[in-house]
Order: sequence, then C-alpha cells, then structure tokens
Amino acid sequence: MKNKECVAMLLAGGQGTRLKSLTKKIAKPAVYFGGKYRIIDFPLSNCTNSRIDTVGVLTQYEPLVLNDYIGIGAPWDLDRKYGGVSVLPPFMQAEGGGWYEGTANAIYRNLEFLKQYDPEHVLILSGDHIYKMDYSDMLDYHESTGADATISVLEVPWEDASRFGIMNTEENGRIDEFDEKPEFPKSNLASMGVYIFRWDVLKQYLMDDAEKEDSSHDFGKDIIPALLKDDKKLMAYTFDGYWKDVGTVDSLWEANMDLLQPKPELNLNDHTWRIYSKNPNQPPQYIAPSATVRNALINEGCRIYGTIDTSVIFYGVHVDESSVVKDSVVMPDVKIGKNVKINRAIIAKGSVIEDGAVIGDPDPDSEITLVAEEGSVMASSYAANS
Amino acid sequence: MDQIAGIINLDHEQDLLDELTYFRCGAAVPFAGRYRMIDFTISNMTNSRIESVAVFARRKYRSLMDHLEQGKAWDLDRKRGGLFILPPDWNDPTDISRGDLQHFHNNIDFLRRTLAEYILVSGSQHICNINFQDVLKEHKDVNADVTVIYKKVDELYPEHQMAHKLDIDEENRVTSVNNDHTNTNVYMDMYLIKKDYLYELVEECIAHGCSHFFLDGIKAKIPNLHVHAYEYEGVHALVNSVESYYRASAKLLDVDERDELFRDEAPILTKVKNEAPAKYAASSNVNNTLVANGCIIEGHVEDSILFRGVKVGEGAVIKNSIIMQRCEIESNAVLENVILDKDCSISESRTLIGAPEKPFVLPKRKTM
Repeated sequence: MKNKECVAMLLAGGQGTRLKSLTKKIAKPAVYFGGKYRIIDFPLSNCTNSRIDTVGVLTQYEPLVLNDYIGIGAPWDLDRKYGGVSVLPPFMQAEGGGWYEGTANAIYRNLEFLKQYDPEHVLILSGDHIYKMDYSDMLDYHESTGADATISVLEVPWEDASRFGIMNTEENGRIDEFDEKPEFPKSNLASMGVYIFRWDVLKQYLMDDAEKEDSSHDFGKDIIPALLKDDKKLMAYTFDGYWKDVGTVDSLWEANMDLLQPKPELNLNDHTWRIYSKNPNQPPQYIAPSATVRNALINEGCRIYGTIDTSVIFYGVHVDESSVVKDSVVMPDVKIGKNVKINRAIIAKGSVIEDGAVIGDPDPDSEITLVAEEGSVMASSYAANS
Repeated sequence: MDQIAGIINLDHEQDLLDELTYFRCGAAVPFAGRYRMIDFTISNMTNSRIESVAVFARRKYRSLMDHLEQGKAWDLDRKRGGLFILPPDWNDPTDISRGDLQHFHNNIDFLRRTLAEYILVSGSQHICNINFQDVLKEHKDVNADVTVIYKKVDELYPEHQMAHKLDIDEENRVTSVNNDHTNTNVYMDMYLIKKDYLYELVEECIAHGCSHFFLDGIKAKIPNLHVHAYEYEGVHALVNSVESYYRASAKLLDVDERDELFRDEAPILTKVKNEAPAKYAASSNVNNTLVANGCIIEGHVEDSILFRGVKVGEGAVIKNSIIMQRCEIESNAVLENVILDKDCSISESRTLIGAPEKPFVLPKRKTM
C-alpha cells in the first residue's frame, strides 16, 4: 500500500474533571455542544474537510459512549478501505501494559499503528476544543518551511497569556522558547494543542522519551522542550479564527452562547466547511401557538410550547406551556414540565424537570447551574450547583 | 419468522402535483419538512424487517435516485438484499410483457434471488405508519391468497376519488374492487402475496397480454381468489394532487397526528443532510410551525412548514405555507397559502397570496 502523507492522532482520553457531572459517565470529547454536536465532531470534521482520511482516536477515560459514537466513522466520511478512523484504547502487550501515562506515552504506545501507514507527517490533535481549521494549510506551511515540528498558535489577549502554553518566536516564526503558563509572558502566542511532526523525528523523540524515567511523557512538558533543546526546527503556525477550550462548565456555557450572536464567529451554516455529527433522525421541531422563541438554536425532534430566550436546545427536548428557558443550554431528550423557570443553566441529557421547578440564578455574575445527566428536579427543590 | 421482500411499484402513479412533479416523480416530492414521500414506504418496510426492497421506476427518477443513494439512510446498503432501484433498461428480445408487467418480467431476478417467501407490493402515495409483519400474520391466519390493505376514511375528499375502493364481506373478504365515490374503504395501494403465487399470476397475465398486474391479475380474479382485506387503523393521508398534499401537510401541525406518524419504535428515516440546528433571531416570531434544521428565521412564521435550510428575513410574514429546502424569503416579503419548491427566492417586500383551498405553487429555483 502507498504510504500516507499525513496521519492524525486525536487525543480523546481526557476526563475533563472541571466539567463536573457532565463528564461523570463520558470523556470530555463526547460532551455535547451547539445544539447537535459533541466536541469531537469538530476535530473529526476538520480532518475530513482537510482531506486527512486516517485518524487514530486515543481513548482511555469512560470510552463506551465515545467508541459507540465514533463507530466506523461514517458520519465524518471516515469509513475508508485504507485508513479511516481507528479507535485506539490502551492495551496489554507481552512486556506488560497499562493505562496511557501522558499524551506522548499514548502516541508512543501506538507507534505500530502509525508504522502501518508509514506517514511523512503526524498531526497531533486534542479532542477538547471547538474550532474550524484547515489542517491542510498548516501542513503546507509545515512542508514549505521544512520544519521538524509545527505548532499551531493563536494570539490571545495579553492578560490571559499566563493561562496558556506560550510560544516565543523569532521574526520568521521559528520557536525559540516554550513557556508553560508563564507568570510574565514574553509573547501572546498560545499553543492550541495542534502539532504536526515529521514522522521520523516524532518516532525518535517518543522512543527517547520512553526511556527517561523522570519524564511525565507529555508533549508540552517533555517532547517540545526536548526538541528545542536539540535545536530542532520548530515553527509557529498562526491560526486566525474562533477557538475555544470548553474545559469548564462556564466556558462550555459561554461557547454555546457565542453561537447565538447575530453573526457568530463560529459559523455552523457554512456549507463549504460542514461540521458532521451522528444524526438522531427525528422529525422537524414543532413550535406551538403558545410558544415564544427568540434568539435560539433548536434542533429536530423538539416540541416547544413555552418560551425559549437566548438558549441552545438539543434534539428531542420538550418544553411545556408557561415555562421559560433563558440563557441556558438544554441537552438531548430533556423533558421540561409546565411553569418551570430556568436561568443560566446547563441541563444535561435525559433530565426531567417537573412542573413549577425553578433552576438557576438570573444574576449575570452568578455561576452557571448544572443539572446532572438524567437528573430529576422537582418543584420544591432549587437546583444547586452539582 | 417468515421473510418479506418489498417492491415499491411507481408505474401507475401519475405525476399530478403540478409544479412539484414537473421534474420529479411523486415518490420524490419533499414532504413533512425533511422527508420525501417514498421515505414513509421504505421506512415502513425496514421497520417491518423487510431487508430487500426493489423500486420499479419508469419516469422522472433522477431526483429519486439521488435521494435514495444506496439505501444507506434505511440501513439498506447490505451485502445480502438491500435496495435495488430498477429503472427501465430492458433488452429481452423475447419480451412480450406490457404495462407494469414489464417490470415484473424484466426484474424477475430480484424475485428469484430473494430468500423471502412473501412479497409486499406498495406505491408511495399513502402516508402512514404500518407494520407489514402484522399484515402477514393476518394473511396467514385467514389463509388468504392475497391480502390487500385499506383505510376506512372518516370523510371522502377529492383525492379519494382517484383511489380504488373495496367492498368487503363480514369475513373481511374482498368482494369487489371499484371506484364507487361513496365507498369509504380506500385501497391503500399495498398488497401482500406469496412469492411463488406472484410468479404464477405474473406469468399468466403476460401470457394473456395484460398490462396492469393489480387490475388484471388480482382484481379480475376476485371471484376465484381468496382476497383478504387488512384494515389499517392508524394515521393516513393520500397525496395525489396539490390540494391533497397541502391538506396532508396541514394535518402534520396536529400533535396527535404527528405522534402517530413519527414513532420512536418505528421511526421514519431519510437521507441525512448535516445541517446545523435551526436558528431563531431576536426578531423572529414563530408559532404553530414545523421547522427543519439549517433554517435561519428572522421574520414571522405561522401555521407553516419550513424545510431544511430556509432563510426568512426580518419583517417577512409567512402564513399557511410550505417552504421547501433552501428557499430564501427576503425581508418584508409576504407569503400566504403558497407552496415554494426548493431553491426559490422571494425578493424584498414581494407579496404572494394563494387561495386557502388552492395554494399558489412556485416551481423549483424560481425567483420572484
């Protein structure tokens, strides 16, 4: 078989503990977003739209939902004869085995997978971010500069720079220093966790890293510093567009609210760069005569009899009469009874909100209220942050 | 469990939906916000565990083939069985068959190869949610030669005039198939028959120069055959004209009708389009409307159906209308009692008003 130009490895084992009960039973990449998607739909759709047809998805934490969701990759057109999507969980070998210990270790343990395709380059992705990016442009840049590794960076506001891994670059874009969450940042170019490595370089550094007992086997902490130390050519590729780490309940809520702007920065209706996802195949949504819907995203299978204001509603949600859902995200198959008031909340999949319940705090400075998956909220209970 | 194979015979379906069937057959007409007419027949078949489905198409089937693809949407992209779209490419020099018997004769391999013992033949104009395994059970219980399916309608509308009606005796045997305009037993253009028996009747019809299998092979033989009538009791709409299409669409705004048609345990499936969720702007005002994904609504919509990817500009008003895929209604346009086929655009402040009993229909890709 012909070798592949570029194979993507998608790190999808993250637990995402700061998403609280949303990730109790699922890995972070499987978390719902945008009325219809899961976070992992974004990197997978980016791959298929960038004509990268071979993707290894490294799973570890709560893989059941993710495995089932990815399947053979058909929703993203990644069901291919040669290549396509492969789910790669940790496994046992003759010399032992165990859990993936760090991002670099996860790739190292799957070198055999990469060897099958003998790629020229390996694209490392994370399943934690919402963005639309043409990886083939980054690959062209990586090839034209002859870099050993290219790291995608984003200009962040200076005041936020100390929360990110910061790349300090020379004028030509070559990275000379990497600062993980620096107290006094020298640059505002933050790493997006998207890397392209030359395969031979990556292979060598992963094998060397595996030998080091004091290594944490992490790309940011170990592999990138090791490459810089050896004066390898690392280039920064500047990405300009919407990118969001939805690592916390608040940032997940915010990213959903971003979609409700009149002209959102992340355009989900762009037919040249569709975001694909597994389709629930439900009938069209029904907006009843008693309903008021303003500034909202609503998916198929919903039935709206109440008021939806500035909210994102996933598929199969029922909102009964005289209920008001405001500034909230309602995940699939939630049933909301009559006279319910919901403000600034995320209601996880399958929850049942009984008649008269009051959830969340309308105060714009309050924390976002979270109702856990398949939760049940009665009229008498004021949902606390879970 | 006995297996059933399905045949969707479109040969006798006339393209009577005016502008909507200029370029497509009735089976391919968009319906209910995100479906095509044929989706209901195919989904009923696959929900009844029918794993081989042949489509007898003769005219205007480009759009149909585009929609059905390899049957993936219904899990009919199979190694064994699956979906067979069979347009007329017939080269048998000894062929003397006529009418829809040409389909049976030239596609006899479909029948030969399927392992199913029974064949369910259906058209595409009767919207319903039916389980054909229940039909088979009754068929076997009464030991019928052929079982035909009918709906006892509460009220007769013009569309029912074109349908055949059944006279039925107290044992649910069909005594005659007729066009009696007062008969409310509407034949749903669906019958179940044993495969071997279907062969036999097809051969006989061809030998006698017949041209309509149901009329010549079954109806004409009613005195000698045990033709059983199966009553379908669920939601039903017959769509064979613009007026009936409009009426059937309006019924979908009723929650009970919709719940019976779209059931979790027997879902109606269609080709997936990967549209984003529908977006309602702050200026939107929508009520009593079915909305499909990909729509962007800034205006006022009531008592209507919006298909996927429709854009409604600010100040636009849409009432009692059906707007198909990717239409663009610019700001302050007014639409009432209209059906817009796919890809139409209505420019700013235009007004189009049809009659409530006779909607105004705009053909595909028209700009007003």
